[in-house]
Amino acid sequence: MSTIEASPEVGHDEHGHDHDHPPFLAHHFDTPEQQFDSGKLGIWLFLVTEVLFFSGMFCAYAIFRALRPEVFEGCSQFLNTKLGAINTGVLLFSSLTMAWAVRCSQLEQHKGLVGTLAATLSCAMIFLGVKAIEYSHKFGMGLLPAGLFFYDPSNPHPTEHPPYLAYICAPFAVALVGVLCWLVFSAVAGKKFQFAVAKPLSVVCLCFFVGVGLGMVLESGEESADHVDTHADPNGLATAPVMLEVEKAAAAEAAPAIAASGAQVSVDEGVLEILATDPTNVGVKSGLNALEQQTAAAGTSTVTGDGEILGAITTTEVDVMTPTTAGVFFSIYYCMTGIHAIHILAGIGVLVWLLVRAVRQDFNRQYFGPVDYVGLYWHLVDLIWIYLFPLLYLIR
Amino acid sequence: MSAGSLPSGSQVKDPGYPTPSENYLTNSKGVLSWIFTLDHKRIGVMYLIGVTAAFAIAGLLALLIRLHLFQPDGMIFQGEEANNYYNQVFTLHGAIMVFLFIIPSVPAALGNFLVPVMLGAKDVAFPRLNLCSFYLWVFGALFFVSALCASGLDTGWTFYTPYSTTTDSSVILATSGAFILGFSSIFTGLNFIVTINTMRPPGMTWFRMPLFLWATYATSIIQVLATPVLGITLLLLIAERTMHIGIFDPEYNGDPVTFQHFFWFYSHPAVYIMILPAFGVISDLISVHSHKRIFGYRFIAYSSIAIALLGFLVWGHHMFTAGMSSLTTIIFSALTFTVSVPSAIKVFNWLATMYKGSISLTTPMCYALSFIFLFTIGGLTGLHLGTLATDMHLHDTYFVVAHFHYVMVGGTLVAFLGGVFHWWPKMFGKMYSEAGGRLSALLVFAGFNLTFLPQFILGSRGMPRRYATYDPEFAALHQMSTWGSMLLGFGLLVALIVLLRSLKSGKRAPANPWGGATLEWECTSPPPFYNFERAPAVGDPYDFSDLEWEADNERYVKVEPAREIVPETQPEKEPAHAEDSK
Amino acid sequence: MSAHAHSDDGHSADGHDFAHPMSVQTLLAVFFALTFLTVITVAQASFDFGAFEVATVMFIATVKAVLVMAFFMHMLADKPFNAIIFIGSFVFVGLFVIFTLGDSLMTSHSFEPKVEELAPAVAEPTITTVDGAP
Ligand code: HEM
Ligand SMILES: [Cu+2]
Repeated sequence: MSTIEASPEVGHDEHGHDHDHPPFLAHHFDTPEQQFDSGKLGIWLFLVTEVLFFSGMFCAYAIFRALRPEVFEGCSQFLNTKLGAINTGVLLFSSLTMAWAVRCSQLEQHKGLVGTLAATLSCAMIFLGVKAIEYSHKFGMGLLPAGLFFYDPSNPHPTEHPPYLAYICAPFAVALVGVLCWLVFSAVAGKKFQFAVAKPLSVVCLCFFVGVGLGMVLESGEESADHVDTHADPNGLATAPVMLEVEKAAAAEAAPAIAASGAQVSVDEGVLEILATDPTNVGVKSGLNALEQQTAAAGTSTVTGDGEILGAITTTEVDVMTPTTAGVFFSIYYCMTGIHAIHILAGIGVLVWLLVRAVRQDFNRQYFGPVDYVGLYWHLVDLIWIYLFPLLYLIR
Repeated sequence: MSAGSLPSGSQVKDPGYPTPSENYLTNSKGVLSWIFTLDHKRIGVMYLIGVTAAFAIAGLLALLIRLHLFQPDGMIFQGEEANNYYNQVFTLHGAIMVFLFIIPSVPAALGNFLVPVMLGAKDVAFPRLNLCSFYLWVFGALFFVSALCASGLDTGWTFYTPYSTTTDSSVILATSGAFILGFSSIFTGLNFIVTINTMRPPGMTWFRMPLFLWATYATSIIQVLATPVLGITLLLLIAERTMHIGIFDPEYNGDPVTFQHFFWFYSHPAVYIMILPAFGVISDLISVHSHKRIFGYRFIAYSSIAIALLGFLVWGHHMFTAGMSSLTTIIFSALTFTVSVPSAIKVFNWLATMYKGSISLTTPMCYALSFIFLFTIGGLTGLHLGTLATDMHLHDTYFVVAHFHYVMVGGTLVAFLGGVFHWWPKMFGKMYSEAGGRLSALLVFAGFNLTFLPQFILGSRGMPRRYATYDPEFAALHQMSTWGSMLLGFGLLVALIVLLRSLKSGKRAPANPWGGATLEWECTSPPPFYNFERAPAVGDPYDFSDLEWEADNERYVKVEPAREIVPETQPEKEPAHAEDSK
Repeated sequence: MSAHAHSDDGHSADGHDFAHPMSVQTLLAVFFALTFLTVITVAQASFDFGAFEVATVMFIATVKAVLVMAFFMHMLADKPFNAIIFIGSFVFVGLFVIFTLGDSLMTSHSFEPKVEELAPAVAEPTITTVDGAP
């Protein structure tokens, strides 16, 4: 996007163009309108690439949801709908202020432009703050991508874990302190322009922590209610511990049958068991688990008939909370929301750049392109969230 | 038309030669003036140097592979690690050729130089984005080189899972490199689409655009639509390796076939990123050197767009044996045949253009002819592979290797060389030795066929690809192929020498050495840094009727029939134009 | 498209004919509509629509997306070409997702047994074991 802006230091500017070129018009364009149209087409094309970029993850989502609907239903309960809804609202509001910012730039309302841009930035920060709470909470519970997944239904909140929230907040805290120092410095040194930039920026940085606070309040409010109600829900995830017991019971019942059928399995099982002790061989381990379960299922079915087959099926359902099932859900969750969050960060970057230029009063009714382009990008990020929210948080 | 002497009394229009302060190569001096240049022509030249270097590296690796295969149990890599080395060498050869050479070759190197000039514009729409995409290319290249220096890469250029998630070679470095290169490619494509859409001067309508621009436009559409999918695929692959996200990795319930879908959704369209610009080059070359209007302009133009769009429907033909459902394979096989239609349309149109043309067998034309022959073989063998039943037999054999080398080397590389020889005088203002150029074309053609024709036979007899050793029964054909590769390498070296020598001792190039009618021939050779003082008058890009060969200066000039600007006689009663019109 | 770009009728030099500021009322109306739709999506999640659930949710999301595109992204006032390329990109997304998803659905059974198929499939060898045991 930076290319669109006209800059006086463009290399060979000296060649024969007539000097009624306004300063914001790059030398190779004839009219401001041509420059604007080029930039606009360029940013739309960029948005096309963004859409296709995200399409890969939506495709992965569609495949895994279609193949394992029960995993998605189960795992979605772990996502806090309230936080998701709040974040949706925040992003929608930021879209409003962004669209308003475009209007301000077109009407040359410089104060309004700075204000709306700062509001957009603040919303972005609140969004990230809330996300920080969501992420750190899940990290702590071990709800991580398949390879790192360690959630244990019997101990969902292990007390021993690194302070993830502090890690996430640290860079923002540094930014906040930096901006505040800058604010004080510029105020003391009487640098008007810098002060005018630092003022909105310090509010923006503060907003991250507003988001964190908001997230904390909502998350802790949800905490107790959430757990009570998942425990009560017979098909929900937190029933896992209960189910686990069912499985154990089933396995115990089927023990003789396993011994009988064990004859065929045991040959390679011996080898497999040795392999499974290697921590890198997770696949073998889970394969072995599956094998055990299969034998258990088969055993019960022959011993006691139909009723027990149902039992066998439920024991398999318990496995929703393993790395290779729930883990994959969380992989997709982190990929989608993580890359979305990276886009928010990038958006924050360009918005800050716009803010500086807005304070400098660079934009006018013939040259508001950058605001418009960043706006389009920002709305796309919002658009993607509009789909992510129901797809991830609202699965029943 | 190229009769010799000019009609008497006609007016000659020729831009002459640029002064050093106008010449884009010399108007500013010093390394910094190149590093920070925003001039699309200089960026094009830097790309040209960059892709040539990448080609040289990957080409040497290719020679190494061929040398190794000279003997059934391998000549170069010996010992326990032989297979590993072999895997790394062919992977780096393939990956560098695809991502660092073929994809940016014509669009980025020639395209950057030509698009604005052909369009009659001052520059591309976003000059800084253009420079940025060059540096992204450099960055991506560095990543690849560091992968090579770290612990190699042995997955093949396709990075298929599950091998790519388990091997301990530097997959992450290489995929990051490819990710960055993807951005470079996207930005170039985006820039060209915008340039062609909004920077056309008055009079340059869509159907007055040279076919090279149509081809570039179609290529850019694919770059913008397909490359992001590669980006996310590689990102997910990196995530798969670092965190085991379980989307592609079967160990965590992922599905490797999904990876192939993701990969080929980009990479099949990407083969059209490689070939479409070559089509554009050839369309221009054939018409200019046959001195005849291109046959079926609109068909060629539309077929470029058709290829770009249809190319998105056929990716599954790379996965027939991968475990897709049988319905999907049938659909993809049927769709594959539709893409060959627009390609065939182009070939017919080129042949019809040459028919009854007055062909000059210049170096670029030799390359263009060689292209038509080789691409036709490559494209037709693609149909064997697109047929479900035959592909079951031919998949992952040397037949596939031969097929894609016929289209990528015989097609894109040859067209690239043809294009470089065609526009070299324009780029550097020097004429090269015609004899040397033609010799190189001949050597490349002969060497290429000697290298890859035997591979069709090898493949259909069952020689699988990507093996470091082979059954002695294949030895004769493999040896032929190795000799061929030496000849091919020698031919390319000759081409390089001819071009480099011209920079030193070549004759000064006139503005229009070949008799082209597109706009780039209307500015000086090399063009001034501002391309055109004012927006040029745009005519028909394939109308050669007013171009005449001026033997004295060895150049083509635009002639205008003698015309009285100010009538000396009194106007008569009869309107003047009544007798003027013939 | 370039026809607009090169309109040399002198207007674009001083007028702001390519800026189309959106009225504050419109912006606010769109925002409230979006918020309202969000509330509806959240609310519907507590009812069980069964198989229609995904369709409902996606429908509401798409209505929201259309609102954002039409007004916030100025698509209505923009050049049709820009809208075409953006909407067109969804065609390619559709192609990609439909083919890949379709193929996965058709093949998944071959490498990942479904729970329902699991029980009868493993029941068989056990029977032979039981038979062979005495
Ligand atoms: C004219 C129409 C074409 C058709 C019908 C066609 C068809 C095919 C098919 C079916 C395959 C898969 C073979 C297999 O793996 O079993 C294939 C492979 C390949 N084709 Fe083509 N092709 C065409 C043109 C091109 C062009 C123009 C290029 C590049 C410039 C190209 C590059 C490749 C490459 C690189 C591969 C091998 C990829 C790999 O597995 O490493 N093809 N082609
Ligand atoms: Cu293909």
